[in-house]
Amino acid sequence: MAVAVGRPSNEDLRNLSLSGHVGFDSLPDQLVNKSTSQGFCFNILCVGETGIGKSTLMDTLFNTKFENDPATHNEPGVRLKARSYELQESNVRLKLTIVDTVGFGDQINKDDSYKPIVEYIDAQFEAYLQEELKIKRSLFNYHDTRIHACLYFIAPTGHSLKSLDLVTMKKLDSKVNIIPIIAKADTIAKNELHKFKSKIMSELVSNGVQIYQFPTDEETVAEINATMSVHLPFAVVGSTEEVKIGNKMAKARQYPWGVVQVENENHCDFVKLREMLIRVNMEDLREQTHTRHYELYRRCKLEEMGFKDTDPDSKPFSLQETYEAKRNEFLGELQKKEEEMRQMFVMRVKEKEAELKEAEKELHEKFDLLKRTHQEEKKKVEDKKKELEEEVNNFQKKKAAAQLLQSQAQQAGAQQTKKDKDKKN
Amino acid sequence: MSKGLPETRTDAAMSELVPEPRPKPAVPMKPVSINSNLLGYIGIDTIIEQMRKKTMKTGFDFNIMVVGQSGLGKSTLVNTLFKSQVSRKASSWNREEKIPKTVEIKAIGHVIEEGGVKMKLTVIDTPGFGDQINNENCWEPIEKYINEQYEKFLKEEVNIARKKRIPDTRVHCCLYFISPTGHSLRPLDLEFMKHLSKVVNIIPVIAKADTMTLEEKSEFKQRVRKELEVNGIEFYPQKEFDEDLEDKTENDKIRQESMPFAVVGSDKEYQVNGKRVLGRKTPWGIIEVENLNHCEFALLRDFVIRTHLQDLKEVTHNIHYETYRAKRLNDNGGLPPGEGLLGTVLPPVPATPCPTAE
Repeated sequence: MAVAVGRPSNEDLRNLSLSGHVGFDSLPDQLVNKSTSQGFCFNILCVGETGIGKSTLMDTLFNTKFENDPATHNEPGVRLKARSYELQESNVRLKLTIVDTVGFGDQINKDDSYKPIVEYIDAQFEAYLQEELKIKRSLFNYHDTRIHACLYFIAPTGHSLKSLDLVTMKKLDSKVNIIPIIAKADTIAKNELHKFKSKIMSELVSNGVQIYQFPTDEETVAEINATMSVHLPFAVVGSTEEVKIGNKMAKARQYPWGVVQVENENHCDFVKLREMLIRVNMEDLREQTHTRHYELYRRCKLEEMGFKDTDPDSKPFSLQETYEAKRNEFLGELQKKEEEMRQMFVMRVKEKEAELKEAEKELHEKFDLLKRTHQEEKKKVEDKKKELEEEVNNFQKKKAAAQLLQSQAQQAGAQQTKKDKDKKN
Repeated sequence: MSKGLPETRTDAAMSELVPEPRPKPAVPMKPVSINSNLLGYIGIDTIIEQMRKKTMKTGFDFNIMVVGQSGLGKSTLVNTLFKSQVSRKASSWNREEKIPKTVEIKAIGHVIEEGGVKMKLTVIDTPGFGDQINNENCWEPIEKYINEQYEKFLKEEVNIARKKRIPDTRVHCCLYFISPTGHSLRPLDLEFMKHLSKVVNIIPVIAKADTMTLEEKSEFKQRVRKELEVNGIEFYPQKEFDEDLEDKTENDKIRQESMPFAVVGSDKEYQVNGKRVLGRKTPWGIIEVENLNHCEFALLRDFVIRTHLQDLKEVTHNIHYETYRAKRLNDNGGLPPGEGLLGTVLPPVPATPCPTAE
């Protein structure tokens, strides 16, 4: 984006006259050269019912066949399809993005049809805003995806605008440059067309829809813009097929009753649309998007988030003060949470510790118990052992005694038998 | 014994401050290259004309600062550059005027027009620089001024209801005048340029080049270039900002051969060979300011005004200003550090050291 510069009018500036050629009249060229080397972005949003001729018109406008399969009528809701192309003409590189509304106007209940469109536009603004608010940002090579022009395709009923059209345009007019066009204009006869156009314009005015105003402040373009504005909305016919007219090939639609030439100004306003959209006002469309629509979005968004430029006493608030306050608030919250978590952690640790201590104690007790039991058993065993020994001793004694007795008895017996023997003899 | 606690998560706390995450378009973009030259003229190249017309209408701002000791010919040079009496002080330096005790900053705005292009030129003079006995930190007022301009711009940019065109008072170019001693740079020169080459585009200029012969001039220039390189001073055009090969070769040539420009300034005209030229009259001849054989003023003028003026502004805006902005938003804690100003992504709060659980 070219850096916009301002000239404060209340400063005391001296007007100098140059006594020779300085050379800064090359400044616009320097600026343009820089922009050319970077390339330009242009994003068009096409809003219109399925089958109204959006893709064909884009093909015709940009003289190419963008690959596009025609959409079906069975879409459950409106969705936006964005496609980017790189076009080059002489040394100008253009990054063109065409956004299509698929499924618009096909549903039975169209209450929410406009929502995806508004969301998409807002999303592009949001992306730019996010980039702009970054600390480390790179705006100068940012791929601008904001919608610069919205072509609103009006169905050629010949009566008036549909309520869906009015509602949608009303929602979009503060967000994007709306250029209404009458599609498939070859279905309307010339006299009907004039009535249709004025009906549409008066409806737009009475409903307060702000369409894009071609700029008339600069002399070179004021004239052409003024004359063209009279023909709004442009009634266009799109065609990529070529038909031989005279001895040239021209883009046209062939009917049994004649040939509608796309680039013939008597047949339709295609040429006017191309002039206005591309050859005269492309830069203005980009500028309006940036300085009006984007700024409005930014202002609303920041106000929504609670930032203000002046506080209730209307002293200028520095945005940074607000940021600081919010940041401190946020940090405070974080700290509180941190504290809570820390406390919880400490508590848990304590609990766990207690548990483990309990377990330890239990184990110790068990161990003690076991030890005691063991000791007791040991003692019992020893006692038994002693008893046994005693018994053994007793037994041995008894045995000894018994043996003695026995031996005595034997001796006594032997003596007795001897005596008996002696007696017998 | 104790299980580690997960790091403090910031996601949950962010929900109030965080706007919706950046949504993607319904279908990822696939740039398809189509050369439209073959299929007929569309008219895209008219955007150049449209842009040019717009910029001519809005006009341009250019702020140039001149820094150097008194008597080096700063005011004269500015007058010569812009072919008008930009600085009134030039021709009547009154001995009675006191040399200021500290460095003053004087900014005077002018409006000049040429070829339908309106330019608001602001010349910022720094009387008192390097004139004291003790010149320590005499670049500080200058650095402060430059940062003040960035601050002013930042404040405007950060407003909710912004002006359509933010007035640009940032210094786009700083001409630093080197005294033509013939030896090398002075410590003051090095210090100044070291400090300021990081915040502003510095173009070193050898003043009063008519005191040196051609050999002395080229030797001096070589020495100066070497010294600047050794000290790591990146003067404009900075090597790191060369965008493509074309720029690089062009700028390399300027950096390694022409800079620093050895200039002579004058706002008096004399007749030479039937033409009226700006020059200095001496008993041994007339030094023509715009003659490339005599001095390099024409090179400086073409460089600053005719080819690189827009680039000077862009480097100031895209690089120096952005650096200032990033630093400012990070430092004063007025805004959360990290990617998102509004807190889309905060760096993880450093993990709280787990209380030792014994």
